[in-house]
Amino acid sequence: MTLKTFKHGIHPDYHKELTAGKKTERAQLPKKVVIPLQQHIGAPCQPLVKKGDTVTEGQKIGDAAAFVTSPVHSTINGKVKEIEKHPHPVGGKIMSVIIEGDGSVKEWGNGSIGLDADTLTSETIKNAIKEAGIVGMGGAAFPTVVKLSPPKDKKIDSVILNGCECEPYLTSDHRLMIEEPEKILWGMKAIMKALGVSSGYIGIEENKPDAIDALEKAKKSIIPDLKIVPLETKYPQGAEKMLIKAILKRRVPVGKLPMDVGVVVHNIGTAKAVYDAVKYQKPLLERVVTISGNGINEPKNLMVRIGTSFDEVINQCGGMKKGLEKLVIMGGPMMGIAQTNLDVPVIKGTSGITVLAGDAIRPAEYQPCIRCGGCVETCPVNLMPYRLTDYARFNEPDRFKAWGGISCIECGCCSFSCPSNRPLVQWLRVGKLRVREAEKAGSR
Amino acid sequence: MEETKQEKPIEQPKPVPKEPKENPIDRLVVSSSPHFSTEDNVHKIMHTVILALLPACAASIYFFGLNALFLIITCIVACMATEYAFQKIRSKPVTITDGSAIITGILLALTLPPSFPLYAAVLGSVVAIGLGKQIFGGLGYNIFNPALLGRAFLQAAYPVLITTWSEPLTKAAKQGIDAVSAATPLALMKFEHKITPHLDLLFGNTAGSLGETSAIAIILGGLYLRYKGYINWKMPLGYFGSIAVFGGIFWLVNPLKYPDPLFHMLAGGAMLGAWFMVTDMVTTPTTPIGQWIFVIVAGFLVVIIRLLGGLPEGVMYSILLMNAFTPLINRHTRPKVFGEGGQGGLTG
Repeated sequence: MTLKTFKHGIHPDYHKELTAGKKTERAQLPKKVVIPLQQHIGAPCQPLVKKGDTVTEGQKIGDAAAFVTSPVHSTINGKVKEIEKHPHPVGGKIMSVIIEGDGSVKEWGNGSIGLDADTLTSETIKNAIKEAGIVGMGGAAFPTVVKLSPPKDKKIDSVILNGCECEPYLTSDHRLMIEEPEKILWGMKAIMKALGVSSGYIGIEENKPDAIDALEKAKKSIIPDLKIVPLETKYPQGAEKMLIKAILKRRVPVGKLPMDVGVVVHNIGTAKAVYDAVKYQKPLLERVVTISGNGINEPKNLMVRIGTSFDEVINQCGGMKKGLEKLVIMGGPMMGIAQTNLDVPVIKGTSGITVLAGDAIRPAEYQPCIRCGGCVETCPVNLMPYRLTDYARFNEPDRFKAWGGISCIECGCCSFSCPSNRPLVQWLRVGKLRVREAEKAGSR
Repeated sequence: MEETKQEKPIEQPKPVPKEPKENPIDRLVVSSSPHFSTEDNVHKIMHTVILALLPACAASIYFFGLNALFLIITCIVACMATEYAFQKIRSKPVTITDGSAIITGILLALTLPPSFPLYAAVLGSVVAIGLGKQIFGGLGYNIFNPALLGRAFLQAAYPVLITTWSEPLTKAAKQGIDAVSAATPLALMKFEHKITPHLDLLFGNTAGSLGETSAIAIILGGLYLRYKGYINWKMPLGYFGSIAVFGGIFWLVNPLKYPDPLFHMLAGGAMLGAWFMVTDMVTTPTTPIGQWIFVIVAGFLVVIIRLLGGLPEGVMYSILLMNAFTPLINRHTRPKVFGEGGQGGLTG
């Protein structure tokens, strides 16, 4: 049987064996957390607390009145020590609430797994998700409730859960699928109910057979009709547009969203967070983070409270290797963001912390393009990166746009496959920026 | 003179140390994603190509003796020296060790007759690297295949020397003489309507350029490159396919006058061209459709030049001509961007 997939893409070394077999451990309760008031796409939150206030675990401490936004919560019991700008893993400094903990934790209720699905309405589910501050946990951190509230003219017929986890090193979704399949499925059921959709899919790369098994077994009593679709192991299988193409054979048109082809895609971790929110009204306070890479002494999967510093998390994994240059990345090595400061907090979209060391770091030097066409051959959206990057570098936004540059999903296949080690994605980002600048200037 | 309005390209950020006072070895570096890349690099590709050319070089030395060896060495040294001189004069980093000048040298030597004088080979090398490559800005910027451009120059400058062929030593020894001038299989076909046996063509027991003779040695190298993943299968196969189809049409029309398709593929420079010249990354299209257009039209041109033109051989001009069209082909064969033109439809 040939597995479903998309065209082009790459096969990097995945290195998932470092953590794939390791059960998720609970990280130590942090003494201090830093909660950035913006961890999502959309309007930043305003603080609801002030310096010196006592806060409890799960208390809402920031919110905004906009449609596209997501509230933030305190993830520990304690006192607000400061509200100030603090380094953020996505870059720059962001207004953040810094809380000192008192060492106590809150119980969020136990008991049997499951929801009384019949009594739940779309509105109650969406409200619980909004109040819980749930955002897409695959990395982009788009507010989940917005995806569940499509405009009236968009008819949604399918929901896809993204269990591909195609980034090298990362295993947080993989572990969650093995360890908490019921919670994921109940969360999926709530998502489907909120959208009024009956056809659901979970796409998983075939290199995670144990996850496929676990979900197949668990789905029988929860959503028997759900289709678990094994996909070819290929990067970027988990890119939204590629995933929709692989599972449903639908192409999201240029400049449109999945909802334009009747699909909503959510991450595995998001579904689990939805379950917690609907069942216990528990906000998104913690998440599984994979700490891996050749620069980490003891790679692990940890359940980490949002706001814990990278430094503290890394120290719980035996620290970093000594005597080598290191590159600390939030996320995986293909699309993750390099960090300049280990004081940054784990945020809702932190699926992993990857530390590359020594030779594993891509050198900064690059050579001339030899027109090998490798970037054209691997680009999942069929661009000609070598050509587009010339338009970007020599500031020709019109040509950049005419050659489709704005469709770039920044997956990194082009740079990965470039034998001249050219930083193509970086230039493509510049090109997209220049197109936006030119459009702004033109509309004035 | 007006300054060029193109602005300076954006440079990749240099690694930034976290805190300068820390042990420099333990510092954090930053880069833009992806932070991961393939282990292939230009050096590795070029050196693999050199390795793949060795069987053909060995075969040429076996058939033509020291003359072949001297020609190959002369061309390599002259190409590297030219590259070095150009880069020094232009104050650019010297990259003669990247292997690309060595490849040009070997390929140029393989297109020359064994008795070709060394001074002329040096001149050809200077033109190949100088006019063929460095004048455009060096590796990656050249329009024409440098080796073929050098060869085309020599064809114009020394039309007699470059068409003076000798029998391979293996044959000459049998006849009890040192070196005999002889005609190539293609010239025999064109002017005397004599078809050289396929087996001789396959092993290289014929007159011709150094690398025109042994098909099997070139195929060996080509398969190695394919195995390493550095050539796209459609380039050699498409080129051969096109030569076979168009050559076959002529053959079917008049089998007495025109040679069979297999002869076309085995004789002359078709083998070397198919595995080492239409597969050149720099001078051939990058788009999937463009690559098909390149090889099909080039194959057609080979057959037309060989059978209807004034010259016995057409591989060189077929490739050079298509090199010139490559930028145009790239421009008009842009792949359809994912989701382009679709109305959210259910296209496969």
